[in-house]
Order: sequence, then structure tokens, then C-alpha cells
Amino acid sequence: MSTMTIKKMTAKEVTKKVLNNEELFILDVRNESDFNDWKIEGQSVEIINIPYFDLLDGVDPALEKIPDGKPILVVCAKEGSSMMVAEQIAEAGRSNVSYLEGGMKSWSEYLEPVKVADLSSGGELYQFVRIGKGCLSYMVLSNGEAAIIDTNRMIDQYETFMKEKGVTLKHTIDTHLHADHISGGRALAQKYGATYHLPPKDATEVTFEYEKLEEGKDILVGNEKIVVHPIYSPGHTIGSTSFIVDNKYLLTGDILFVESIGRPDLAGLAEDWVGDLRETLYGRYKKLSEDLVVLPAHFGKVTELGEGGLVSGRLGKLYEENPGLNIHDEGEFRKTVTENLPPQPNAYQEIRQTNMGKITPNEEEQREMEIGPNRCAVHDK
Amino acid sequence: MNSDKVLDAKGLACPMPIVRTKKTIDELQSGQVLEVHATDKGAKNDLTAWAKSTGHELLNDAEENGVYKFWIKKA
Repeated sequence: MSTMTIKKMTAKEVTKKVLNNEELFILDVRNESDFNDWKIEGQSVEIINIPYFDLLDGVDPALEKIPDGKPILVVCAKEGSSMMVAEQIAEAGRSNVSYLEGGMKSWSEYLEPVKVADLSSGGELYQFVRIGKGCLSYMVLSNGEAAIIDTNRMIDQYETFMKEKGVTLKHTIDTHLHADHISGGRALAQKYGATYHLPPKDATEVTFEYEKLEEGKDILVGNEKIVVHPIYSPGHTIGSTSFIVDNKYLLTGDILFVESIGRPDLAGLAEDWVGDLRETLYGRYKKLSEDLVVLPAHFGKVTELGEGGLVSGRLGKLYEENPGLNIHDEGEFRKTVTENLPPQPNAYQEIRQTNMGKITPNEEEQREMEIGPNRCAVHDK
Repeated sequence: MNSDKVLDAKGLACPMPIVRTKKTIDELQSGQVLEVHATDKGAKNDLTAWAKSTGHELLNDAEENGVYKFWIKKA
């Protein structure tokens, strides 16, 4: 007789543990290649990989490696295998055994809202950390209104947040046409009668109506006049646009990250866009105030997560420390951003097509397409 | 492709396709071929890795109308 002594842990609970640096021992039972591709990371996370199919004759090989007395979390792709293994570990006498509810799919989808700041005009700025995939999106709230930048596919999580805050959605804005995740900007704007903004140069092939992001055309959120200044900053894509919020926060999209810079190859035009990327990073951004706080659309490593999970960095500090901003030779820069790049994000071509409205995969297909890390940066530190 | 036994694992979610495959192959003789039909998308990567780990040989695989087929020769 099996006695159910295992607990389920949600992606949200795991996120809290990661952000609070609580000790967590994870047994990941997916196959080795999936594990090597992408896994749960955290500064206090200890993780081992033993595929579930190597534990079908018993969990002894796992028990040997699990420290006694420590809480253990078993993780797999969806959850079925982790439940099976967790039950056997519990039956072997271990206590405090959990499994990740919804598996890595659920981990990939959870968004943690992290407050960036109160804005001088009375509003608030939030960063939504998609910890499992490294995507960052933003919500500007002011006087009962909201704008979301680089909205992820899981729009219900923004809806819940807006409901709690009592705000109405006015704008969704994408800094560029994304290649690593499916934008929720269009769907969310449609649902609430809000305006969906895209850079026109990235939107030449889209199949739907949108509002053009243009230099100097500010976007108002609330009566408090939070003005969003778009800055044309090509390089990751030809249309990539950055925003300055409250004269203090620079939303860089996939052009500049805290520890790396954007890759120019995901739309197939690396060679053409290298010059634009360099001009944006070494020219346009250089003219901005060093005191601006950079808020990117991705992080690549958990070491980029700061207080409470916030991913940000002072522009001046990034110019000192980010290797991508310190390649003085142009030829060397060209090499760095076009050669030996990491593998492309999973299904990136199909994701771009979906974001253009050219294909409409169902929800399950969309989830599959987004599995894995974002891989939008040229290199890791 | 010829097989000695066919296992229908359609509609089953992970880990069941592999649990059943393992159980069925345990009943075969060395050198015999098991044909597995599954619909779980993760089955291909997992069966490939499982075969590698156990020494059984994945002879062939195919996809027809959303059904993944595998031919595995027992070690």
C-alpha cells in the first residue's frame, strides 16, 4: 500500500525559495540532454540529475546522493515522473519530499512581480521576473491606469495583478519583435480595448493593426503624465526601441542586458545589424545620463538577480563592467556578436511567425515552443 | 519494420510509456524487437536516452498522424 506523504510545491513557492536564498535540494529526473539544456538555478540551489527511467528498478541510486534530513524537491518536465519518484523516495523512509507542480512547464511560465520603484509623479513601476526563462516585462501604473512593456504570453498573471491594483490597461508595448517568447501584448490589448504598440520597422510583415512606436511620440499612462520616451536603438532587431520612464529608468529591451548585450542574428541578419548594434551601445546610449537605471528584457544567469529578484543596473556601472560595452576594437566587436554565438532559442523562427500573426498555434503548442532558456544574449559573463 | 511484440502506449502521459516499455521488454528474449506506439511528445527523447542507458538498441522511429512509433531491440 502506498501512503501519500509527498507534498506538492508550486513554481511560485520555488521562486520564493530561490529569491530568498533558502537551501533547496533538487532531484531533476528528466533525461540528461533536457537537463543540460535548461534547469532550475539559484545561488542556494543544489541540483542533481538522475533520469526517472534509471530509477524504475528502485530509487536506491538516488537515495545515495540525497543528503539525509534535507528537504528534497523532485522535478520533471510535466510532473508525472516526479510524483512517481517522489513517492518512492518517501516510501523509502525519507521525509519532507515534494514534487514541482506542473513540472518545468509551470516553472517556465511563472511570473514574479518585483517592485522597481515609486515614480516621482505618484505612480509605480514593477518588473515581472519570468525566472524560469529569464524574461523580464514591466508595468507602469499611474492614477488607475497601466501600461505593460514586453508582455509575456501568460496574460492572466498580469490581469490578476492589475485587478489587485485596481488599474485599467491602456497600453501594451513591445520593444521589438520577440524571437524567444510569444508576446501577450496583442491578446491583452484586445481583451481590454487597449492600444498595442510595436516598432514599425519590426512590424513590416505583421498581419494585424498596431500603433507605431516613433521617436518623440510619448505614451501617457494615467493623469500623472508618466511619459515614455521611445529611443530608436536598432541592433538586436532593426526596429528595437528603448524607453525612458520618469527620467530615471532606461528600458533597453534586448539591446543591453546587465551582464551581456543582445545578439543581432535571430532575425537572420547578424552581419547587417552589427553596425546598428554598435552605434546603439557605443553611441546612442553613451550620450544618455550614466545615472539611468537599466531595466532589460532578459537576464541570462541567476547571478543577475538582485534584491528581491530585481534585475537592474546603473548605466554608468554597466559601461565599466559589462564586457559587451568594453570591446573597443570594431572588428573584435563584430566577431563577438556574430561568431560562436550560443544556440538559438527553441523554435525561434516559429515564435517570430507567431508574433507576426502569421501562424496561430494552440496553447499547448505555444507552451512547447517556449520551453528552454531565452538565449537572447551574445555571451555569458 | 518487423517486430515480435507491439506495445500500445497511446494516450499515456510520462512516465507511463517508459514504465510499460520497460515491463514489456523484460518479458522478451534478447534480440527480439519491441514496437512501441506513443502519443506523449517527450517519449522520443526519453526512449532514446533510456535505450542508451540500458543498452537496448533503438532501431528506428517514425511519426504518423501524431503517433510516435519506436522499434527497440532487446540487448
